[in-house]
Amino acid sequence: MGAWIMAGVTFQEAARRKILWTAVAAGAGFLALFGTGMHFQVKDLASHNVPPLIGHQVQVAMLQVGFYAVDLLAVVMTILTSVDTLSGEISSGTIQAIATKPISRWEVLMGKWLGFAGMIAIYVSAMFGGVSAIGYFIAGVRPHNVERGALLVFLECLLLLTVTFACGTRFSTLANGVIVLGLHGLAFIGGWIEQIGAMTTSPRLVTLGIVSSLIMPSESMWRRAAFEMQSSLTRSIQFTPFSNASAPSPAMVGYATLYLLIVLVVALYNFQERDL
Amino acid sequence: MGLRKVFGSKIAVGNLSLTVRRGEVFGFLGPNGAGKSTSIKMLLGLVKPSSGQAFVLGAPSDNVKVRRKIGFLPEDFRFYTWLTAFELLKFHGRLCGMSAARLRERVPDLLELVGLTPHREKRLGDFSKGMLQRIGLAQALVHEPELVFLDEPTSGLDPMGRRLVRDIIRAERKRGATVFLNSHILSEIEITCDRVVFIKEGQVVGSRDLRANPDGEVHVVARVHNISAEAIAGLSRWSASAALDGELLTLTTASTSSLPHILRHLVESGGDVFEFRPQTVSLEDQFLKIMGEDRGL
Repeated sequence: MGAWIMAGVTFQEAARRKILWTAVAAGAGFLALFGTGMHFQVKDLASHNVPPLIGHQVQVAMLQVGFYAVDLLAVVMTILTSVDTLSGEISSGTIQAIATKPISRWEVLMGKWLGFAGMIAIYVSAMFGGVSAIGYFIAGVRPHNVERGALLVFLECLLLLTVTFACGTRFSTLANGVIVLGLHGLAFIGGWIEQIGAMTTSPRLVTLGIVSSLIMPSESMWRRAAFEMQSSLTRSIQFTPFSNASAPSPAMVGYATLYLLIVLVVALYNFQERDL
Repeated sequence: MGLRKVFGSKIAVGNLSLTVRRGEVFGFLGPNGAGKSTSIKMLLGLVKPSSGQAFVLGAPSDNVKVRRKIGFLPEDFRFYTWLTAFELLKFHGRLCGMSAARLRERVPDLLELVGLTPHREKRLGDFSKGMLQRIGLAQALVHEPELVFLDEPTSGLDPMGRRLVRDIIRAERKRGATVFLNSHILSEIEITCDRVVFIKEGQVVGSRDLRANPDGEVHVVARVHNISAEAIAGLSRWSASAALDGELLTLTTASTSSLPHILRHLVESGGDVFEFRPQTVSLEDQFLKIMGEDRGL
């Protein structure tokens, strides 16, 4: 019960502090821009008599760019909105009035986690739905396995949320932000190194990329999502900014899930044991 | 073994051992850095003791269920600035397991009690420090707890606010609640508390009963004629500091119950007593005596 009360107040906070509405406005702005771009692209492809197969692949690539932007927005929103939630309340002493109520500390943490997870789920669903709808109604293209792609991006955000929570039980807000963004940056660079390594058949680069993905598997979830959302034709001709030269395996998804669960347990343990 | 808390190499609480009686207003006194707030946090399960164990209302201090009977006003109360006063009390009431129907009755009553009814829909971000302290006090009492911890409850309050806190503490005692009060304002403690303990370097170094037993150290100034040196020496049964300077006799005795015996001794020794003025040691004097006047604070 306590966890649900905390989840509710987390939602309420996001709405009151205009975090949710700012994210919705940014998302809506992005969708409007993306839709306009897609519209002009369709018009220009038609006026330049581009062969239908090439035109279709260009539009599919555009759709991938749209999903990639959604992924970035979701990641940034996840980190920025949750970075202060534990460390900020601990340093200000706000948590003391809550932690002395008859609810367990795990309920406080899980309640907040569930509140953010719910908001991220709504955001990712709405943005994936928006990009898919624009692709279908303006260009007539449909991504493959869009639900699977959205779930993988949701998993990526949950992973970052959980790491943010775990660091928030130990570090200040600023240090927490630096650590989580640093880890995601490492995963991001590692992902590109792995892809470049695969394209240039450099096993050492691939190994370096895989190691960075094991340290922080967030970006690899996007790359798996991008792989899932491509048709077999797109994959074979590699007409996309997101190469499938070294797509993370389903085992990496399992690893990311296990990683998330372990980090969540660490967060719960740290929060339970620390002085407030 | 008493409660002990060590942060790195710093001993915050050395060896704290104390008992609070049910239904009393208990004052917890000590200078800055004496370990008062850390001690309260250990009693509330916010801080884990390095050694020792605390029991609150018969249960270990980290027991979650017993918190249903405990209220707490932290020092310098702060909360979500985006909540209104009404919402804050509702939220804390729900965390305490109160039903929506009960909260509909209780929250307006509490807002009235702390004088915030006109501000019920105002957000905490627009509250003054004194108003925050008042709403903090209300959240500590929302579930009618059996035990209330108040850490510097009058901090930031004007004289009306301080009077309000005193009245609320008296009302809580009348209701049967136990109040654990931590305050620097000794005059407030003297008026409000039944009993106090003095804490220094995380240990209890003294106590005083302010209500049930007003007995305590007392200083006496008397104007006496025709008193012999033997009679003065005979006062050593009750006082080690009796001294005569002309007609002015001064002495300090450990208990007010000695006063009739001292007066009788003076008269029976043939002295003419013109004045006999017992001067009870104020809480502040006792505090300064125990802690030392200059702590370089």
